[in-house]
Amino acid sequence: MTTVEKQLLASPRNYGYILMVALIVLFLFGWSLTAVSFQGMNESGLKIAGNILKGIVHPDLDLLLKVSKQSVLYLLAQTVAIAFLGTLVGAVLSVPLAFLAASNIVPKPVSWLTRLLLIVIRTIPALVYGLMFIRVAGQGPFAGVLTIGLTSIGMLAKLYVDAIEELDTRVLESMTSIGCTTFEKIRYGIFPQLLSVFLSVTIYRFDMNMREAAILGLVGAGGIGAPLTFAMNGYKWNQVGSILIGLVVLILIIELLSNKLRARLVKG
Amino acid sequence: MYDKIFPPKQVVLPNGKTVQEKRTRIPLILLVLLVATVLSVNLTDFNLRMLVTRIDQFFVIIGQMIPPKWSYFSPVWSALLATLQMSLLGSMIGAALALPFAVLSSSNIIRNRVVTAIFKTVLSLIRTLPTLVSAIIAKFIFGLGPTAGVAAILLFTLSYVGKLLYEQIENVDMGAFEAMESAGMTRVQAFRYAIFPQVLPGFLSTSLFCFEGNVRYAAILGYVGAGGIGLIINENIGWRDYPRVGMIILALVVTVYLIETVSEHFRKKLI
Repeated sequence: MTTVEKQLLASPRNYGYILMVALIVLFLFGWSLTAVSFQGMNESGLKIAGNILKGIVHPDLDLLLKVSKQSVLYLLAQTVAIAFLGTLVGAVLSVPLAFLAASNIVPKPVSWLTRLLLIVIRTIPALVYGLMFIRVAGQGPFAGVLTIGLTSIGMLAKLYVDAIEELDTRVLESMTSIGCTTFEKIRYGIFPQLLSVFLSVTIYRFDMNMREAAILGLVGAGGIGAPLTFAMNGYKWNQVGSILIGLVVLILIIELLSNKLRARLVKG
Repeated sequence: MYDKIFPPKQVVLPNGKTVQEKRTRIPLILLVLLVATVLSVNLTDFNLRMLVTRIDQFFVIIGQMIPPKWSYFSPVWSALLATLQMSLLGSMIGAALALPFAVLSSSNIIRNRVVTAIFKTVLSLIRTLPTLVSAIIAKFIFGLGPTAGVAAILLFTLSYVGKLLYEQIENVDMGAFEAMESAGMTRVQAFRYAIFPQVLPGFLSTSLFCFEGNVRYAAILGYVGAGGIGLIINENIGWRDYPRVGMIILALVVTVYLIETVSEHFRKKLI
């Protein structure tokens, strides 16, 4: 037996472990297959699929390009506005929460409690907040802003916390040793370290919020979602097509911009 | 452009050299942000006074959710299982489909630029479509029920895992692949033994991460009629039966937390 063959046979084997995981995965797959049925699917489903495709290829150009309060352009602008303002509200609220959750700044119990609160905020689906805020602020884009603001907190604060806990404290120590005041330490020691990370995370979240804002319209929280559902329920596929085209183009543009901005922030 | 309007400041150093300090761009950025904020406030009817006077309503609702209605647990449990099934199936099929899609989009494996460009575009187009919108379209095709939810989750998983996977494949160390090719293996064999082991842990960990998120998505898909927990959330909020909503949310939070913990454990093991 050559050395190569010996080495080959000496490789660690964990067939038992792999087999077990595979069995579990297969079992879960089989179990979840029971949820699916194709009984609801029939001829009309395929016809509708064809109609949707036709609508996307032949969009309602009037709706897409004209400037009025019902036009796609106005609704898209409103969606961006909801996402922007929501992100702003969320970012402002996240900063104090993030400091309260950072274990190197506040005592353990406080940070643990804040973290629990953040987990709860993060887990509740945005639509639930949306439905609750409509009870508070009535139907309209304002409810959307509040919803986006609240849902953003969960993720923003968590990522802010990571940045705060990774703060380089040696900078602060050296500043103390040359006699800086607390304000100077915050301004020149902490602020520059956190700002770029915070900004980059916030821009990323804005990108995500665009999609959320588009969805929230479904419950009546403003933006492009509501007209989209109406058009779908009314089988007006060319309107659906024009709304979808507008939405996809807008989201792609914003994604591109946000990637560019974040790349520049990381490079400094 | 900006430097032309506000010329850089000349600074004379002690040794006689002059250097140029570029003017700060903060005022410009602040101005843009301010204009954007004012525009957004106008577009969204932002109304601080209403917020201050009505925000207590929000806490009234939360107050009614506590304590949750424990006797409502059994319907929540079956809906929760349906939601889990939906997201499991969608994530599994989606992740499995992502593999061929990712391979066909990686420019270092497929030499044909047109093929990779087409698959990359398809992946990013699917990714832009919000899950709920694809769920509605799927609902029209598959009828009401979890199948539509599975289809929506499948599409999202395919695009998300597919994109991250092809980025990984493109950044892989090609040395082993070339060595195996030169030793006489076919390209498929070389991919199987040189590239696949390199990207497998990343692929599994992305898929697990995506599954975590999908549980949350699946929870809202019921809103458009895809069954599961979203359906009962929507019903009970409609009836203003907040103790029941509290029970649903509690069950959801615990489930998501458990799934996150388990998946985090496996993801840490993978990397």
